[in-house]
Amino acid sequence: MSIALPIVDHPQAAKDFVNNVPRSHWHDDSLWFVRTKRDRQAQSLPEWEYLRETASAIKRHTIANLPDYLQEFEANAIRMGAVVHWAADAAEHNEIVLGLLRKNKTHRIIKSKSMLTEECGLNEFLIDNGIDVVDTDLGERIVQLRGETPSHIVLPAIHIKKEEVGETFHQHLGTRKGEADPQVLTEAARGHLRGKFLEGEVGITGVNFGIAETGGIVVCTNEGNADLGVSLPRIHIACMGIEKLVPRFENLAVFTRLLARSATGQPITSYTSHFHGPRDENSELHIVLVDNGRSRIRDSDTFRDALNCIRCGACMNTCPVYRRSGGHSYQATVPGPIGSVLGPTKDMKAHKSLPYACSLCGSCTDVCPVKIPLHHQLLAWRSELVGKRLLAWNKRVGMKAASWLFRHPRLFFTAGYTARVALKYLPKSLTHNRLNEWAIDRDLPDPPKQSFRAWYAQNRNVAKPEQPE
Amino acid sequence: MIAEAFENREPQGSKQLILDRLRGRAVPSDGLPEVDPGRLIKFDDRIRQFQETLEFVGGESHLVDSPEQVREILEGIDAFSSADRIASTYPEAIEPTVDLAKVSDPHLLSSLGWTIARGEFAIAENGAIWIDGATLPHRVMIFIAQYLAIVVSRSQIVDHMHDAYARIGAPRPGFGVFVSGPSKTADIEQSLVLGAHGCRKLQVFLTP
Repeated sequence: MSIALPIVDHPQAAKDFVNNVPRSHWHDDSLWFVRTKRDRQAQSLPEWEYLRETASAIKRHTIANLPDYLQEFEANAIRMGAVVHWAADAAEHNEIVLGLLRKNKTHRIIKSKSMLTEECGLNEFLIDNGIDVVDTDLGERIVQLRGETPSHIVLPAIHIKKEEVGETFHQHLGTRKGEADPQVLTEAARGHLRGKFLEGEVGITGVNFGIAETGGIVVCTNEGNADLGVSLPRIHIACMGIEKLVPRFENLAVFTRLLARSATGQPITSYTSHFHGPRDENSELHIVLVDNGRSRIRDSDTFRDALNCIRCGACMNTCPVYRRSGGHSYQATVPGPIGSVLGPTKDMKAHKSLPYACSLCGSCTDVCPVKIPLHHQLLAWRSELVGKRLLAWNKRVGMKAASWLFRHPRLFFTAGYTARVALKYLPKSLTHNRLNEWAIDRDLPDPPKQSFRAWYAQNRNVAKPEQPE
Repeated sequence: MIAEAFENREPQGSKQLILDRLRGRAVPSDGLPEVDPGRLIKFDDRIRQFQETLEFVGGESHLVDSPEQVREILEGIDAFSSADRIASTYPEAIEPTVDLAKVSDPHLLSSLGWTIARGEFAIAENGAIWIDGATLPHRVMIFIAQYLAIVVSRSQIVDHMHDAYARIGAPRPGFGVFVSGPSKTADIEQSLVLGAHGCRKLQVFLTP
């Protein structure tokens, strides 16, 4: 979202979710199930790693030559009959969309999933301006009816149980109280949204890929909601981040092979729609190209590759922190590893805890279809944050003290000795109090009888023994 | 931060602003990679691979030798024999009951029961079929019908998406879609449900 967020402390924001142990495990299992499906698809293709390398190389080439490809895209899109708009930031993007709606005196929008419009806060902005916005992706509709935001970029309602969906639908769509069968609930949403599709005056979609060579755009869905949503109304507005380009039509082959396999473990999405210009001479296709901080990410040698992202969500599905803490704990449009890289690029201070919501296990980097070095970038963010003095005070003081201690061998020796003795005699209430966050869920090992150096001197016949214990 | 920098811009000024920003930082790059066809999967039996993959994504396929056979199979499906409104761009097998040429507004197709459409070619690796929008009087007919049937020649099955895009060539103004299985969702607790917003089921007829 474009509005300034309060400073988010990830551990604090994750607390309720993590403390509900059965729910946290259920969430973990759901996402691991998706990760397993992804693995099966990836392993079914001998060229999987070759595709990842190629995709990464195409994206890096595109981002490096972005201004040229953007101009090529614009010229070809116009040639195809589309209208191209440029938005420097979220506010301008929202104004452009509202301007188009006002110009056409339209008030009812049917929308398919777009993380870009989430990032720009388009829904809230349009609703504040008296526009009726209906999200048509089932997961997004569920969170919209509940007044929530998506907790995952591909599976927006992954954090919600079917009984809770049933309650929401009972309230809003009049389904039977206590109904929790996904088949019945989906059918109810289908009926409800059919009516909305038919009433919609403008269809808004995101863009999965824009093609510089042809001026076309590609939108991928499983539900068919984007396709239905833009095949009925006269006007289609497609909102697209400037990093979504691929140079050539044939490049789509690489990305359509990787996207759904990485995202949900399907060989391809049910519908992969290619739009070149508007539907007919009475229709309009507007493409809004949005920067909103992307050019700044491109400036950075360290974080530039984050623009490779095709928003498949594979890094979240595999992330042990995401799986256990839930998407909302990140309090950012995009959660998970990629969100923890992107969040601080928008507002370093507000999102300073996100690069620490990571064990540096590297699983995200291993599954990323466009080879973003995610865990390296998260580590790099930590040094940036330290450099900017944005590290929490207890970590900062602790690190400084440790660094000082390690540089003074005699003190280090004394401190070790004191700790070994103290831990033996101090009562647990003193070592495991609320001030020691580390020990809230952990126990300390029994203190060793001697230091490593003493043991070494004793067992490895070294000329100069350590001071006696 | 960015918002302040971009305040008071002229209309259309943002295009120049964005391009200037991007040009202000030259980024060295390697060339655009070409895909080596020798490194891509090839299937011994593309028809079987297509059929198996289509089944995996929730579609049903039938090997047929004539348009009559297509009709026979469809008439054996209850949801078809009881359907009133049928759109068809394959009249050899199924005469449409809705005259698409006379439909001026796509909204009028809201009660469409079935659509029988032609596919240009199919893809073995993912069970997808390419439908060229130029063959559709209204593109909504693919998405709004309760049930969808696609007729495509089994001699026109390619291995993978690289061959698929090569086969489409240079796109003309208009629309085209890869359809792989029926419309589906797993947004409620990862339970797969067929028939989200588009077709509830997909039948694919593989003609000679």
